[in-house]
Amino acid sequence: MSPESKSTPKSKQLLAPGHRGCPGCCDAMAAKFTLMGAGEDCIVVSPTGCLEVMTTPFPESSWEVPWIHSLFENTSAVASGIDAALRAMGKAGKTKVIGIGGDGATLDIGMRSISGAFERGHDFTYVCIDNEAYMNTGVQRSGATPFNAATTTSPAGKVSFGNQRPKKNMPAIMAAHGSPYVATTSVAYPKDMIRKVKTATEIVGPAYIHAHAPCTTGWGFDTSKTVEVGKLAVETALWPMFEMDDGKVTKVKKIKNIKPVEDYLKMQRRFKHLFTMEGGAEEIKKIQAIADKNIEDFGL
Amino acid sequence: MAPTRNVNKEKMVVVEGSYSIAHSVKICRPNVISAYPITPQTHIVENLSQFMADGEIPNCEYINVESEFSALSALVGASAVGARSYSATTSQGLELMHEVLFNVSGMRLPVVMTVINRAVSAPINIWNDQQDSISQRDTGWIQLYAEDTQEMADMTAQAFKIAEDKDVLLPAMVCMDGFILSHVYEPVVLLEQDLVDKYLPAYNPEFVLDPKNPKSFGAFADPSTYTEFRFLQEKAMGVALQKIEDAANEFNELFGRYYGGLIDEYDTEDADIIIMAMGSVIGTIKDVIDARRSKGEKVGLLKVRSFRPFPKEAIKKVVKDAKVVVVLDKNISIGLNEGALFTETKSCFYNTKIDVPVVGYMIGHGGRDIPMGTIENIIDEAKDVMSSGIKVESQFTDIREELI
Repeated sequence: MSPESKSTPKSKQLLAPGHRGCPGCCDAMAAKFTLMGAGEDCIVVSPTGCLEVMTTPFPESSWEVPWIHSLFENTSAVASGIDAALRAMGKAGKTKVIGIGGDGATLDIGMRSISGAFERGHDFTYVCIDNEAYMNTGVQRSGATPFNAATTTSPAGKVSFGNQRPKKNMPAIMAAHGSPYVATTSVAYPKDMIRKVKTATEIVGPAYIHAHAPCTTGWGFDTSKTVEVGKLAVETALWPMFEMDDGKVTKVKKIKNIKPVEDYLKMQRRFKHLFTMEGGAEEIKKIQAIADKNIEDFGL
Repeated sequence: MAPTRNVNKEKMVVVEGSYSIAHSVKICRPNVISAYPITPQTHIVENLSQFMADGEIPNCEYINVESEFSALSALVGASAVGARSYSATTSQGLELMHEVLFNVSGMRLPVVMTVINRAVSAPINIWNDQQDSISQRDTGWIQLYAEDTQEMADMTAQAFKIAEDKDVLLPAMVCMDGFILSHVYEPVVLLEQDLVDKYLPAYNPEFVLDPKNPKSFGAFADPSTYTEFRFLQEKAMGVALQKIEDAANEFNELFGRYYGGLIDEYDTEDADIIIMAMGSVIGTIKDVIDARRSKGEKVGLLKVRSFRPFPKEAIKKVVKDAKVVVVLDKNISIGLNEGALFTETKSCFYNTKIDVPVVGYMIGHGGRDIPMGTIENIIDEAKDVMSSGIKVESQFTDIREELI
C-alpha cells in the first residue's frame, strides 16, 4: 500500500495474496476476515505460528497494515504496550489494536499474557484462531484439542483414543476477566466473523473473539472442505456460536436441523480411529454428550 | 579525560539511590514505563508510580504488568510505535525476561532498563552480586555498570542517548548493585530538566508501526537472511563503543560530571598492579589503593563501565605496561571456574604482544561483604604473582571452609 492512499477500496485486500499458506488455510481466512472487520486503521500483533511464518518471509510481507510479531507467548503484552504508547503519545481512540493468535499461543503459553492484558482493561481486540492443536510444529496437542482427537502428541493407540481432556473453555475465562464483549465464531461463517470483529473493535476495552478454524493439514480433510467441516462443527452443536456482553450470553446462533456428531467426525483423519477401533462407538457417544450439553446450555 | 565530580553542593540532596534513578527516568520524559515489582528494584517503580499518581510525568503511561516477561514484551510494542520506553528489574525477573531480551535487541528497539544486580536462585537470595546481568551478556544489550548513586542517576540519561542514537538502536541495561546502591542514602545532584532537555533529544525513530505507512516488524528470516541481522547488531555494538565515550563527554560538558566512558582509571599510569572490577566495589578498592599508594606501592584501578560492548582496546591500552592484572568478578561461569570479566580480559590479550599475567577472583556472591581486608589480601597475592608467577589463576575469595 502506498503511504498516500487514504481509504480502502472495496476490493482492497489488507492481507495480500501470495502468502505461503496451505490451500484451504483457515489462518489466512481468519486473518482476512479480521482485517475486513477492523479496517485499515489498525495495528496487528501476531505470535509465532503458521500465520506469522506464512505471511512474512523476510523481506516479503502480506500485511497491508502495520504488523508486529515478537514471540510465542507475549502477543497480549505487546498489544498492551502499543495501546499504552498510543495513549501516551496522544494517538488513542482511532487506531485499533488487534492481536491474532493461534489456540496454543492464546490459551496455553500465552495465558498469563492475555489474562494480564484483559485484567488491566487495555483497549484492544484479541482474535483466537482455534485450530485445536499446534499446527506450525506438526499437529501436537494443545489445551484446545477436543476430546478423543488424535494428534502427534496425543495419538490414538492400542490403549488410547487420543486426547483425553475436553477443550479449555476460553470464552468463559475471558468473560470472567470482565471483558465487555466476548464472542465465538467460525471461519466457515465469514459474515458472522466480520460482524463480530467489527463489533469488538468498536467497543472500548479488551474484547475477545474465539474463531473456530478447521485446519486441512492438521485435521486431515480435503483442502476444498474447510468451510464444510467448519459448518458441520456448528451444525452438530460441537461449536456453539454466541456473543456475550459484560459476561452474559446475549445472542446465540440457533441451529435448525442439528446433525449427529458422526457427520462431523467422519470427515476428519484425527477422529478416524473412533470408527475403526473396538469401543469407538462408545467414545462417539461421549462426544455426542458434549454436543447435547451445548444444545442445553446455549438453547441451540 | 580526568574524572570530574564537579558537584554543586548547594544542589545536592540526600535521597535513596532508587529515588535518584526514578527521578532521572522522569526527567528523561519516557512515554511508556512497564514493570513488575521485585526486590531490590521495588523502590524505583514505587517512586515512578508516585510520580505518575502526582501527574509529574507528562505524556506517559505506566503499565502494572503481571510478570517481567510481559513488562519487557509490552515495551516491544511501545517502542515499535515510537515511544521512549523504560523498565527496571533484577535477578529472577531479568532471567524470566531472557527470551524477550534477545527479541528487543534483534528488533533494534532502544529500550532502557535499570538492572539492580542481585544473586540468582537457588539458593534463593535477594542480595547483591552480578550473576543476573552477566548471564544475559549475549542477548545483544548494551550493559553499563555504575559505581555509585550519582553515576547511576547520570548514566540513566546517558543510556537513553546511546541506545536511541540512529547508528546504534540497541537496548541498554544500566546495572547497579542491589541494596549497596539501590537502598543507600547519599547526597546527589538530581538531574535538571532544562539540562536533560538539551542533552537528550526527543526519540523520533525512522521506522514505526503506523497505519499511514504500514511496516512489518519481526518477520521470519530464513538461512538466506538471518546472519545479516546478527552481523548488523554486532556492527551497531561497534558503533556504540564511540557513542558511549561521546555520551559521557557530552554529559560532562553540560553537567560537569564525568566517570569515564567505556572505562575509568585510578592511579594506573605507573601501576605495577592493576585491579579491574565493575560496580560498587570500586569505592572500596579506591580506598585500599589510597592506603597502598601512601606506602609507595604502585597499585591502580581500571573500572569497567561498559561490559557490552566490551572495551578491548581501551583495556589493552591501560594494562599493557602493568606487571600483573587482577580481575574481580561478582559472577561465575560454573564449570570454567572463572568470572566473565576475567575470562574476557584474558582473551583480549591473546594474539597481541601484551604478556601480562592475569589472575581472577570470584568475590561478593549473594551479598557476601567485601571488606577492605579482602582487597588487601588480593593485592598481597598479586605481589607474589609479580615475584614468583601465577600459582592459582582463578579462585573464590573468603570461602568458609567450615560450611563445605
